[in-house]
Amino acid sequence: MDSNAPAAPPALSLQGIKKHFGGIQALSGVDLHLHSGQVMGLLGENGAGKSTAVKIMTGIYHPDGGQVLVAGQPVDIRGTQDAWAHGITAVHQETVMFDELSVTENIFSGHFLKRGKCLLDWATMRTRAAKLLQDLESDIRPETPLKSLSVAQKHIVEIARALSHDSSVVIMDEPTAALSVHEIEELYQIVRHLKSLGKAILFISHKFDDIFAICDRYTVFRDGGFVGEGSIQDVTQDDLVRMMVGRSVSKMFPKPVVEIGEPVLEVKGLGSATEFDAISFTLRKREVLGFYGLVGAGRTELMEALFGLGRITRGEIRLKGKLLSPTSPREVIDQGVVYVPEDRQRAGAILPMSIQQNITLPSIRRLARGPFLNDRAETAMTDGIVQRLAVKCANSNQKVSELSGGNQQKVVIGKWLATQPEIVVLDEPTKGIDIGSKAAVHSFIGELVTQGLSVIMVSSELPELMGMADRIVVMHKGRIARILERAEFDPETIVSAASGLLPTAVGELA
Amino acid sequence: MNKFHFNRDAILGFIVASLLVLIALRAPVFLSAGSLDTLVTDGALLGMMAVAQMLPILTGGIDLSMPANMAFTGMATALLSKAHPTMPVLLTVAIALGIGLVLGAFNGAFIAYLGIPPIVVTLGTMSIFRGAVFILSRGAWVNAQDFGKPYLAFPMGRLLGLTHIAWISALIIAAAYVFLNHMKKGRDLYALGGNPSAAKYVGINSTHNKMLVYVITGLASGLCGYLWVARYAIAYTEIAMGFELQTIAACVIGGVSITGGRGTIPGVLLGAAFLVIIFNALPIINVSPFWQMAISGAVVLAAVILNSRSERSQGKVILEPNRVPAAKVAL
Amino acid sequence: MKSGGSRWAFAKRWETILVLILLAICIINSMASPYFLNPHNLFDSTQSFSEKALIVLSMTLVIIGRDIDLSVAANVALCSTAMGWLALHGLSTSSLLVASILVGTVAGMFNGFVITWFKVPAIVVTIGTLSLFRGIAYIVLGDHAFTSYPANFWELGQGYLFGMIPYEFLVFLGFAVIFYVLLHRTIIGRNLFAYGNNPDAALYSGIQVNAYRFWFFTLNGAMCGLAAAFLTSRIGATRPNMALGWDMETIAMVVLGGVSIMGGSGTMLGVLLSVFVMGMLTFGLGLVNIPGIMMTVVVGCLLIGAIASPILVKKFADWKRERVGI
Repeated sequence: MDSNAPAAPPALSLQGIKKHFGGIQALSGVDLHLHSGQVMGLLGENGAGKSTAVKIMTGIYHPDGGQVLVAGQPVDIRGTQDAWAHGITAVHQETVMFDELSVTENIFSGHFLKRGKCLLDWATMRTRAAKLLQDLESDIRPETPLKSLSVAQKHIVEIARALSHDSSVVIMDEPTAALSVHEIEELYQIVRHLKSLGKAILFISHKFDDIFAICDRYTVFRDGGFVGEGSIQDVTQDDLVRMMVGRSVSKMFPKPVVEIGEPVLEVKGLGSATEFDAISFTLRKREVLGFYGLVGAGRTELMEALFGLGRITRGEIRLKGKLLSPTSPREVIDQGVVYVPEDRQRAGAILPMSIQQNITLPSIRRLARGPFLNDRAETAMTDGIVQRLAVKCANSNQKVSELSGGNQQKVVIGKWLATQPEIVVLDEPTKGIDIGSKAAVHSFIGELVTQGLSVIMVSSELPELMGMADRIVVMHKGRIARILERAEFDPETIVSAASGLLPTAVGELA
Repeated sequence: MNKFHFNRDAILGFIVASLLVLIALRAPVFLSAGSLDTLVTDGALLGMMAVAQMLPILTGGIDLSMPANMAFTGMATALLSKAHPTMPVLLTVAIALGIGLVLGAFNGAFIAYLGIPPIVVTLGTMSIFRGAVFILSRGAWVNAQDFGKPYLAFPMGRLLGLTHIAWISALIIAAAYVFLNHMKKGRDLYALGGNPSAAKYVGINSTHNKMLVYVITGLASGLCGYLWVARYAIAYTEIAMGFELQTIAACVIGGVSITGGRGTIPGVLLGAAFLVIIFNALPIINVSPFWQMAISGAVVLAAVILNSRSERSQGKVILEPNRVPAAKVAL
Repeated sequence: MKSGGSRWAFAKRWETILVLILLAICIINSMASPYFLNPHNLFDSTQSFSEKALIVLSMTLVIIGRDIDLSVAANVALCSTAMGWLALHGLSTSSLLVASILVGTVAGMFNGFVITWFKVPAIVVTIGTLSLFRGIAYIVLGDHAFTSYPANFWELGQGYLFGMIPYEFLVFLGFAVIFYVLLHRTIIGRNLFAYGNNPDAALYSGIQVNAYRFWFFTLNGAMCGLAAAFLTSRIGATRPNMALGWDMETIAMVVLGGVSIMGGSGTMLGVLLSVFVMGMLTFGLGLVNIPGIMMTVVVGCLLIGAIASPILVKKFADWKRERVGI
C-alpha cells in the first residue's frame, strides 16, 4: 500500500542497474525513482551501494546493466559535465573543491559565466554567488579563499555549487554529517524550498532524524541489492532498520562478557592549540571505549595526538601510571599503543608491498638480527597472523593492493597485532567495508578484549558503538560532551550530545 | 585569494622599492638613463620567461629546458640570418616561434601523453636541445658582423624611449595576465595544479592543458631566443646557460608554489625585478659578478623557507574560540 | 628475499634488458674500435664513471625515498674548492680527502635540514642549493683554478692496484657492495621502501620518515665529497665549472637502472648494471671521438627513453588488446 506513489514519469530513474568492480558486485540490479517536487531518502548500510548509485547518476561510473532514464527517456551520462547538461547535480560526501581558489570560483568551477566568448564575467559570478550564499543563510563572503573556511562552511559552499546549476535533480550525499543542529534545520529549509521549486531531491543519510523530518519516500539498498521503496508515512524506524540490516540488530554485534579491570590509560585535561581541549577520560583493561561524534568533532585529531602525531599543549597522559609525552609514533608503539587509522588506503597499508612486508613493518626491529633482515622470522610471524585472522590470499608474497577491502583491513589490523600491543585504537574500523567483513571485525574486537587488550573505537555508526562499547565518549567541537555507561546508552541522548544540544559534563572521570 | 596575495605582493614590492632606493643612494649612477634602460630590458626578458615558467609550475610541473630551447632557436635564426641577411624580421619571428613550438610540443608529448614527470623530461630535453645547438652550429659562433641588419635592428629599436623588447614583453605579460585571471583556460591551470582529482571531476582535461602549457613555454622560449641573440649580437652553444634557475627563482620569490595551484603575475614580476636589480647593482657597488649565482641561490632558499612558514597550518580549527566555559552537570 | 610476486618478476625483466643492452654495447664497441677489448683500456674507462657512480649509489636511496637532489654537481664543485683552498695551506692528501668528505657531508646536511625542518619540497631546495654551492665556488675561484695540490695527490684518482685496476674503481665496487646490503638486507632499506611508497603509512607504522630523509641527503653529500676528491685528483685541478651536468647524468643512471622516479621501488643490481651500460656507452663513443657534449645528448635521450619505453610498451599492448577485442 503506497500512500503517495506519483503518476507522472520520474525526473530521474534507475532501472535494474548493475555494476561490478573486478570481482565485487557493487550493485546487482537496483531501482531508484526520483520525482519532481519530492524528496526521496536513500538508506543502506556502508557498502550497500549508495555511493556507487550516486556516481552512476553523476556520470562518473557507467552501469554494466540496466538503464538510467531522465524524464522518461533513456540516457547515457558520461562525466560530470554531461550530468549537469541533463540537469543532475550532486553534493558529495568528500568535498571536491579547490582550497587555493575563492568561494566564487569554487561555486562556478566547471561552468564559468562568460562575457562574450572568451572573458570570464567575475562581476556577475560574484553577485550570483553572494545571492546563493544569502539564500542558504550563510554569511560567507564570495571572495574568501576556500582554505580559510571551516569544514561546515565548505560544505555550504558545496551546496551552493550544486544549486548554482539550474538543475531538476539534486542529489545530497550525507549533507548533515558535518553540520550542527541549527545548520541542519537551515538545510531542511533549503531542501523544502527546492522541493517547492519542483526539483527532485535524493537525500542520502544515516540519520533517521533526517529521513523522517524531510523525506517523502524511501528506498532501501542492502549489499548492493534493492530491498524496497515506499512512502515514509507507511513505515517506522524499526521497519527501515530491518530492511537495511536484514537481521535483528543485537545479533550483529556480538559483545563478549569480560571482566573489566584496572585503568590502563588515564588522560587528564588534554588540549591542543586548535583541535581539542579539556579532554579527560580513562580506559580500563579489557574495556571497549567508544568515541562518537559528528564529522569534524576532533576525535581523529585527539587519537593522532595520543599517537604522537599531533601537538599537545596542555594536560597529561598516563599509561599504566607512567607519564607519557608522545612525540613520535615510534615511542608510542614501543609502549604498546597502536593506532589503526581511518583512511586505510592512505595511512594503513602500503599497497604495492607484499602482505609479509606490511605485517612485519612495525615489528621489524624485533625480528631482525642486528641491522639485518631475518626472512625466517618474518615468514613465521606473517604465517601466524594470516592464519589467525583468516586473511584470504594466494600467498604471503602477494601485493596487498590485490586483496579485497576487507582483507586489506585485516592486514592492517594484523600488522598491529604482531606488535603485541596492550591498547588498540581503531578509527572507523568498519567504514566502507562489506557486511561480512564488518561482522568479522566486530567479533575480532571481542576476541582482543578477551585476550586482555583494551580497545578505543572511534565510530560514526551509532548502532555499532551501542552494540560493541562498554562506555561511549561523545565529542562535540573538540570537547567531550558526555560520557555514558552501557546501561545509559540511548540514541537520542548520544546524538543530542554530539550535536551540542546538551550541557556538557566536564571533569567527569570514570 | 586576492587579499592574501595583495599583502604578500605589497611586502615584496616594498622590498624591491627599498632595494632600488638603497642602491641609488650608494651609487646614483644606478638610476641613470643608460642603467635604467639596461634594467628594463633585462627585466623584460627575465619577466617574460619567468611568467612563461610560472605556467607549468601552476600545473604542478616545471620546465628546465627553456634556455636550451632559446639557445637552439637563437642559433637557428642566427644561422638563417647569416645565410640570408635581408630576411624580413616578421619571417624571423615566425620561424623562431615555429621552432620553439616544436621543441615545446616535444616536451608536452612526453609529459602530457605519456605521463612522465616534467622534471625528468625537461632534465633530459635540456641536454638534448643544447646538444642540438652544437650539432647545428658545429661548435662555431655567429658573430655580430654575420647577422643581417633587420635581424639585429628590430629588438633594440626604440618606441617612445623603450626598446622593442620591452614593449613586446609588456604585451605578452599583459596577455598572460588576462589569460590567467580572466579566461577559463587560465583558471583551469590553477585548478589542475591545486587539486588534480577535483579538476577532473569538473571536466578539466589534464592532458590537453598540460600540452598547452609546454607549447606556450616553447613559444616563449623561441621568441626570447631570437630576442636574446639579437640583443647581444652573438650566438653560441652555451647562451643563456643557467637561465632556468633565474626564472624559477623569480617565480619562487614571487610566491609561486612549487607544488602548483598558487601564484600571481605581479608576484613573479616583482621577483624578476628583485633579481634584475641585484644583478645589475653588483658591479656598480663593486661586488664581483661571480657573486651572482650564490646570491640567487641564497635568495631562493630564503624565499622558499619564508613561504613555507607562512603556509604552515597550525592544525584544523575545531575548537570555537569564544566558548563559554561548560557548566558542570552532575550525571 | 622475494618482494611480492609480480614486481620481482618485472624487476628481473628490467635487469635482463639491461644485461642485453650492455652486451650489445660491448659487441658494437669492439667492432667499432680495436682498442675496446684491451683490459688496460677497459679498466681505464672505469675512471670516467667511477666518481659519478659513487654518487649514483646514494642518489638511488634519495630517489627511492621520493626525493631528488639536484645539487650534487654543485656539491662536488664546492668540495673541490674547499680542498684546493686547504691545499694552498699545506694540508696532506689524506687530510684533503677527509676535508672533502666533511664539506660534502655538511652541504648534504644543509639540504636535509631545510627539507625536513621547513617541510619544503626537495626539488626547490636543491635548485636553490645548486646555485648557492656552485656560487660559492665561483666566488672563491672566479675565473681561475686551483692547481697546487700535494705531490702524491694524484694517486687518489690516478693510482692503480697491480698497475691495472684503478683505486677509484675498487672503492666504487666496495661501496656498491655496502649499498646493496644496506638497501636489500637491512631494516634501513626496508623502511626506505616503505616510506618511499607511502610516507603516511610508514609514519603511522613508527618509521621516523624525516630522520631517514635527513640522513640520506647527508649521505648523498658525503658521497659527493668523496667523488670530488677522486675527480679533483684525476684532473689535477679545481675549476668552478667542474662536474657540470652531473646532476642529470646521475639521475639518468639511477632511473635507467629501473628505479621509479616516483619512489618506492628499484634494485641496486639494476643501478649497477645501468652504471656499466652508461660507462661502456660513453667509453665507446669516446673511442670514436664523439665530443663530450654529444654524450650528454645521448644521456638525455637514454633518460627519457628509459622511462618512456615501459609506458609505450604498455600502451601498445593495451591498444592491441582493444583491437583484438579482448
